[in-house]
Amino acid sequence: METLLPELLRSLVSGLLMGMVFALVALGLTVIFGVMDIVNFAHGEFLMIGMYTTLVTAPLIGVDPTLTLPLAGVVGAALGLACYFGVVQFLLRGPMVAQLLGTFGLMLVLRNLALLFMGSEPRSVHKGWLVGQSWLVGPGVVLESTKLAAAVLSIVSFVAVWWLIRRTKTGMALTATSLDKEGARYVGISTERMNGLAWAIGGASVAIAGGLLVNFWPVDPNVGLLFTMIAFATVALGGFGSIRGAFLAGILIGLIVSLPTVWDAFIRYAGLGDLSIHSFKYTFVYIIYFLIMVIRPQGLFGWKQ
Amino acid sequence: MLEVQDITVRYSGLPVLREASLRVEEGQTVSVVGANGAGKSTLLKAIMGAARMSSEGRINFRGQSIKGLKTEEIVRLGLIYVPEDRKLFKPLSVEENLLLGAFVVDDEAKKHTKLEYVYDLFPRLRERRRQAAGSLSGGEQQMAAIGRGLMSNPKMLMLDEPSLGLAPLMVSEVFATVRRLQQEGLTVLLVEQNVLEALELADYAYIMQTGRLRHEGVAQELLQSDLVRKAFLSI
Repeated sequence: METLLPELLRSLVSGLLMGMVFALVALGLTVIFGVMDIVNFAHGEFLMIGMYTTLVTAPLIGVDPTLTLPLAGVVGAALGLACYFGVVQFLLRGPMVAQLLGTFGLMLVLRNLALLFMGSEPRSVHKGWLVGQSWLVGPGVVLESTKLAAAVLSIVSFVAVWWLIRRTKTGMALTATSLDKEGARYVGISTERMNGLAWAIGGASVAIAGGLLVNFWPVDPNVGLLFTMIAFATVALGGFGSIRGAFLAGILIGLIVSLPTVWDAFIRYAGLGDLSIHSFKYTFVYIIYFLIMVIRPQGLFGWKQ
Repeated sequence: MLEVQDITVRYSGLPVLREASLRVEEGQTVSVVGANGAGKSTLLKAIMGAARMSSEGRINFRGQSIKGLKTEEIVRLGLIYVPEDRKLFKPLSVEENLLLGAFVVDDEAKKHTKLEYVYDLFPRLRERRRQAAGSLSGGEQQMAAIGRGLMSNPKMLMLDEPSLGLAPLMVSEVFATVRRLQQEGLTVLLVEQNVLEALELADYAYIMQTGRLRHEGVAQELLQSDLVRKAFLSI
């Protein structure tokens, strides 16, 4: 048991931190869905572009990667606005399937543009304030500065978005738009502007997540796929459009992904050999996603069905 | 104040409103009456520049053409539409709904004066101000919808079937409210199936049948006319 307890602690800590990163990635998706009922398949590509933004601009400007996060946010917001006003706005006039295929196409375009300009090789950030820093905080429990910073920023982002939506006039207008578009227009709200704002918030938050992620996760043009899937599972679990739900579901998914290592340690400890499940960790996420869709389609905290 | 000239509205090519013309003078209450499905709501939505409609003709509000403007731009000019299905923000509280009604008002003090005014007009809304709008009764929701419409201090109010689906007691309360707004000098365009009440209230009225405004006249005279008595009041 001496080896199991530290393994459990380690998984819990890493699951919690990674979970907050997943939550931050999902935040933008749930905001966009909440305001305009659109599922953005290109969400992971926004993350990828945020990752490249930090990777490329940090050495270019000659600053620490961490300092490029605001830039990643600006690039993400601009990308979100461009996608909304350039593409999505027109898709709204068509049937639901046009919206699905439209953002799917956006995903392919962004991915291939990245392939064209950045190549297919995975690239990482090798030096920076956060890279390689870690602290031993308990028996066998290592706290990595990259993940800690990502988790802290995740909390900050969630509080900021929550505050914007609940405490500002613009936030009330966003809420009104998400509840009843026609009603919102009748009180003088420009729903198009609100949609654009949702895309800007969505793009900025996920690109910032990317800028943090690139400190400990290599980036390549296809990196978005995994994170889009996880973000979908997170948003489905938390409830489409729910911000609190996205945060809690992100943590839950972080734990689901990290706990299999505990099981594996137990297997090793018990000498059971080949029953390792660690490699299937993402499969558990999709199983949960599937079950939620079947049993409780509105998610844990969802109000949209 | 409002002048609509020959507007035709088509839904995917089919005209649902043909060559409708109507005038509302400042301070007047004008009613448009007619059976369900005659095109009354379409007329109001066309005036408000609602999407997915193609319309021809001219619409002027306070001397300015509003045809082609977006709904939210028309709202800013002071023309407020209270839709038939109310379109309240149901999970939000009554007060949040009312405050959203003043979205185009920037002056916080004015907003709160207006809120007090609406609460005085509908004391029941004050009692229920913390309650979710969706949890109110039909009549209370109608009050909330009218109240939300008044929050922006409109120059003109367009009410779409405010009595629809309400209990008789609520219906008379809604009409009493319209009467009070009228006395306060607000310009009102009222669309109703409840022909008798709508004509009694109005200065001038139009009768809509199958997508056309077929008759018009001073409301009291229409009320006495054989046409109205036979077709709508079955007297």
